[in-house]
Amino acid sequence: MNQPITPASTPQLNLPASGLTALRPVDAWHLAPWIIALAFYFLVPPGFHTLGTNVLVMILFTLSLDLALGFAGIITLGHAAFFGVGAYAAGVMVSKLTPDPIMGLLLATALAGVLGALTGMLILHTQGVAMFMLTLAIASIFYEVANQWRSVTGGDDGLTVPRPAALLAYFGFEGFRFDFAGKTAYLYALSVLFVWFLIAWRIVKSPFGRSLDGIRQNPRRMRAIGTPVWWRLVAMYGISCAMAGSAGALQAHAIRLVGLKSLELELSGIVAVMLVLGGERRLYGAFLGAAFYVLVHDWAAAINPFYWMFVVGALLVAVVLFLDGGLMGLLDRIAALFGRKKSGEEQASGDAK
Amino acid sequence: MRALPSREEAPVLSIRGLCKNFGALAVTQSVSLDLHPGARLGLIGPNGAGKTTLVNLLTGMLTPDAGDIILNGEYIEKLKAEQRVKRGLVRTHQINTLLTEHTMRDNVAIAVAERLGYAWRTLRFGPQWRACQEEAHAQLAELGVAQAGDRRVSELPYGQQRLLEIAIALALKPKVLLLDEPGAGIPSTESHIIDEALEKLPAEIAILLIEHDMDLVFRFAKKITVLVQGAVLTTGVPAEIAKNPEVRAVYLGRSQQV
Amino acid sequence: MLIFTILLDGIAYGMVLFIISVGLTVTMGLMRVVNLAHGAFAMLGGYLASVMIRHYGIPYVPAAFLAAIACGALGGVAELTIYRPLYRKGELAQVLLTFGLIFISIAAMTLIFGPRPIDESMPKWLEGLVDVGFRTYPTYRLFLIGVGAALALALWFIIERSLFGARLRAAVDDPGMARAVGINVNLLFTLTFVGGCALAGFGGAIGAGILPIDPFYALRYLVLFLVVVVIGGLGSFRGSLAAALAVGIIETAGKYLVPQLGSFLLWIIVFGLLLWRPNGLLPAKTAS
Repeated sequence: MNQPITPASTPQLNLPASGLTALRPVDAWHLAPWIIALAFYFLVPPGFHTLGTNVLVMILFTLSLDLALGFAGIITLGHAAFFGVGAYAAGVMVSKLTPDPIMGLLLATALAGVLGALTGMLILHTQGVAMFMLTLAIASIFYEVANQWRSVTGGDDGLTVPRPAALLAYFGFEGFRFDFAGKTAYLYALSVLFVWFLIAWRIVKSPFGRSLDGIRQNPRRMRAIGTPVWWRLVAMYGISCAMAGSAGALQAHAIRLVGLKSLELELSGIVAVMLVLGGERRLYGAFLGAAFYVLVHDWAAAINPFYWMFVVGALLVAVVLFLDGGLMGLLDRIAALFGRKKSGEEQASGDAK
Repeated sequence: MRALPSREEAPVLSIRGLCKNFGALAVTQSVSLDLHPGARLGLIGPNGAGKTTLVNLLTGMLTPDAGDIILNGEYIEKLKAEQRVKRGLVRTHQINTLLTEHTMRDNVAIAVAERLGYAWRTLRFGPQWRACQEEAHAQLAELGVAQAGDRRVSELPYGQQRLLEIAIALALKPKVLLLDEPGAGIPSTESHIIDEALEKLPAEIAILLIEHDMDLVFRFAKKITVLVQGAVLTTGVPAEIAKNPEVRAVYLGRSQQV
Repeated sequence: MLIFTILLDGIAYGMVLFIISVGLTVTMGLMRVVNLAHGAFAMLGGYLASVMIRHYGIPYVPAAFLAAIACGALGGVAELTIYRPLYRKGELAQVLLTFGLIFISIAAMTLIFGPRPIDESMPKWLEGLVDVGFRTYPTYRLFLIGVGAALALALWFIIERSLFGARLRAAVDDPGMARAVGINVNLLFTLTFVGGCALAGFGGAIGAGILPIDPFYALRYLVLFLVVVVIGGLGSFRGSLAAALAVGIIETAGKYLVPQLGSFLLWIIVFGLLLWRPNGLLPAKTAS
């Protein structure tokens, strides 16, 4: 290395301590979603846990899209394909291979990840409209396969999944049986979400994640510094699809019904809605967006499902036209109104997200 | 700093009979060039002379129809753009090509991470990323812009963005550096910032400077190659080029002083 | 004779796809705006024509024209108010907003017309069969083929032979250059958008016998319209005609020959074509 000719005026570099070890008070709000999720478990009356599980599954699915679409900039309208693969794989495994949910989850995740990486290898050479048409085509192919392969998937009747074995039965512990109220399923989904969240958190802060954020902003620049752009996109897409597969597997285990709906274009659209609603590239945006969507949908669709479609459509138009950054962006602006923490810490916590 | 290498040393970059046609139009006609370590070669030529095409051929954005590109004894004309970068052939861009949402330091640090092979790291990366940040900081300090390291690129003044192009390229520790109009868009009153940056470039790097600003080329280059209609017209030291009647003819009627 | 049935059915189907999609290909090629809601205008055309025929006794063909005019007018309003702010935003914003418009259209149509598909309101003279020499064939499908061919010819004349068409082609090729030589690209785009929506409304109205009108129309056939546009090449008029006919024939052939595969065949072909030619079969722009 060349001797740097450092001028006297050069400032010292003060890097904040990295990782989760140094949790400053300003970061304490990172605990909030998890505290709320646990409080939900203990406080809500029986019968609501399944709704909560639905929220957690959709958060995980939205989080997976945030990695592919938010960070890596892969515009996909076919992410439901991998959710569906995970759901069908997990469902079929419970009835035909092993009732152990953890094994099923891992295999479904791996299958979705491998399929994602393989299809990603084909489509990630392209850009723009051609690419999102290819994602649509893949989702349509998966849909047709599930529709026609009735012996395995049940076709348009769907697949009823038997009750999986107790959660840790593999290790000889029978304490976590899947109960009728869905309380075990809720904790199961929460644990899986937490693990995936930690992985996603590390990924987006890692050099790998930053290089993908760079590819989204300017692929030419990344090629010019020697980044193998295509390989890196394939890797991120594979991870994202694996995560989507996990979400599908959770749904198969917890709701125990897998249908063609989990492969439809509509679900791919809805997960994108949840992502922009919450805010892209924020990780917690997936939490806000999915929770808002599922909860309000549950309430409004009971009144009139078509009224709800109108609300979703209007929300999308409004968010795109007027609310850059979604709900997380809105929170930022509200926080800025109170204006206590000025630029420095804002920037630091902004980076952390 | 190492002493300037002697002329007899093998060239670090050799271009042999490079050709490229767009349909019937020959935009690069059997171009041959040698760059030795420490070279400061200026590449000039009127608009449409094929300078940009040559850069694209060298960096791998285009594939040549014929000819060889040899980097450190290795034929690289079949390699992808990113593989050439990994082997030490680095470019800057005529139009700023930066990660505008990132800070200045992160732009450089990401390049450092790529060079050191950390860019595949996902779950365990703390010390490595810190090292990248520190090296990026040092690199920015070397160019005198470390104070702005924490600012987003989109907020930076244009001149500093131009310097960042160079800083990123240097962070890749190139053996050969293609400077594609580093002064583009900078008013002549501020062109000294580019001059100063060019002076600080490590002496052992071979540099090919493509530039419209003739003053800059003649100040910086030790040798100049003139490209006309895709072919090399002549190569020589600046004083010879300035006196060459053919070169004058090519530029006749143009406002640039040659 | 099966081959003739497949060809004729496929061409009739393809003509409907062409009439609806041709506006989309030009607008997507011109402004690079991804408009997923295009099918909503076709659906609206179908509904409006049906209402006019049933409740106001307007004959079939004038009703289709009136529906087209109404769709064009609504398209113009939408372009000026909703689409214009979108041009500067990224593809993702465009995809999402127009996806939102689909949802709104589903909700609105359900509230107004109910969730079930509407019955075809075909006039007497289109029912029945015509003798085409070697066999008989449904009049309605022949009518579609004829109308589609006539429209294709008219559009070809407008795009290739008129001054408007010359400006349009210049703007699709290079909007910046077109602006520089004094073409009002924004106005051109509004006019194209209106024309495209009117054609979609017309196609939705007369194509209702093949693509039945119900509230989920825009979502159900969205991908089909996009396939025509993207396979043909953004902004390519000839490409969209070729792609529409190809999609029509492939879908029809698949249904007759390998019904157990459903749309699988079409998707595999689309997937392969897009990998092979990401810019479409007959791209409008020559630049790489």
